[in-house]
Amino acid sequence: MKFKLDQQTVWLVGGVIGFLALATGIGGWLAARAPSEAAQTTIKNLNARIRAWWVMLFVFGLALLTGGIGSVILFGLTSFLALREFVTLTPTKLSDHRSLFWAFFIITPLQYYLVAIRWYGLFVVLIPVYAFLFIPIRSVVGGDCDRFLERTAKIQWALMVCVYCVSHAPAILSLEIPGYEGQGAKLLFYFVLVVQMSDVLQYVWGKLLGKHKIAPHVSPNKTWEGFIGGILSATLLGTGLWWATPFSPWQASGMSLAITLMGFGGGLVMSAIKRDRGVKDYGNLIEGHGGVMDRIDSICFAAPVFFHLTRFYFT
Amino acid sequence: MMTEVIVVLAKLISGANVRWVGCLPDARQRIYFANHTSNLDTVVLWAALPPDARAQTRPVAARDYWTAGKLRPYLAKKIFRAVLIERKKVTARDNPVEQMLAALEEKSSLIIFPEGGRQSGPEMAPFKSGLYHLAKKRADVEFIPVLIDNLNRILPKGEVLPVPVLSCISFGAPIRVEEKETKAAFLERAREAVNRLRQT
Repeated sequence: MKFKLDQQTVWLVGGVIGFLALATGIGGWLAARAPSEAAQTTIKNLNARIRAWWVMLFVFGLALLTGGIGSVILFGLTSFLALREFVTLTPTKLSDHRSLFWAFFIITPLQYYLVAIRWYGLFVVLIPVYAFLFIPIRSVVGGDCDRFLERTAKIQWALMVCVYCVSHAPAILSLEIPGYEGQGAKLLFYFVLVVQMSDVLQYVWGKLLGKHKIAPHVSPNKTWEGFIGGILSATLLGTGLWWATPFSPWQASGMSLAITLMGFGGGLVMSAIKRDRGVKDYGNLIEGHGGVMDRIDSICFAAPVFFHLTRFYFT
Repeated sequence: MMTEVIVVLAKLISGANVRWVGCLPDARQRIYFANHTSNLDTVVLWAALPPDARAQTRPVAARDYWTAGKLRPYLAKKIFRAVLIERKKVTARDNPVEQMLAALEEKSSLIIFPEGGRQSGPEMAPFKSGLYHLAKKRADVEFIPVLIDNLNRILPKGEVLPVPVLSCISFGAPIRVEEKETKAAFLERAREAVNRLRQT
């Protein structure tokens, strides 16, 4: 598939560049007049996040420009890095070594290979059926029965979240939507934009108005104000961008609501795992954001839902 | 050129998060002593050092392991400039401590693994006495405890294929032999200094 630089894509990407430029300006202005030390720290982190957004936009833009294959490789690498962070945090035993090797170097590349060749039938069952059966078999050959179910579940869950779920994002490129041929890259950009903007807007609303904590034990920074404001404004944004999608305005708002809610759920679930392991971030690869997993937690949960809703109703 | 390639590879595979907890990166003469669980320990610790310090740091390694095959002798000689010591039959002629002292005379820094071999379990083995003799003779050199965490998950003892989880390398505060401190007490304290880095 060749990427078509149509008018709508230019508007979408241009809009994001404009928004980031505005954010960079506001960040600089805030940094110059932060009253207290605590405010300084918050704004420093905000500006680091904005800088990282420029880098992520650049990388994602380049991947989209190559047409399908660049995006598949980019999301494949993202999965690999996320899996790495996830497995690092998950205590596995030395007897899981060979199973983990399979997860990293055979199953992950194979899943993305299936995305690249668009073999939908195998793509949807490779991990939840075949990898799920194979991993415990590989482990049991090692002969270590200690906490067997727990160890197996950890590797399966790691593959599910980091690889299977994420791979549904580039799989959007393979959907053949009547009247929307060859524009999959634009739909992928739309999806990532709405989900990530929902995170950003939840953060902004939470910082501006946040008072009532929504899940104090799981994620102390998440508030009801941030949740409602973020979901509503991101849904509004997704609705306003309906012209870039195969959806009508109403359909676009339903889609946006579904993926922002799933994204919120993903953020909470991944936070719970972090709390359980006693850490704040999954890694330190992306300055200000933490690890790769911290940035894509919402995409993990939203991608399969967006993919299947689109596939079911529009192809 | 090869050195840079190996440094980048080591950092990629280990994903090492390098923390300077008790000291700062510096090219002064030092002995880095670390726990040992993986064949990757030497190269990852060496790659974690800043380039100027790395250029003058030589790992101390087992001769029987590093002279086998073709690749290992090349790496040991050309890349790491390893100080190869005998660990099976130590005689007066090739006493490891003398070899290390000779390398220190040439202003080199050293990387040593005082447990004397790789451990399979999470517990560190007791330290061998060489560290004490070095510390006694060369009080002018900084002895830096180093904790290498998680590398045993990347490449456990007995495995060939690595799994790319993230590791962490922590450098602690230098220690020295106190006045009237016995050999056993110093070795235990040195081991504790490495262990304690887990909590920081």
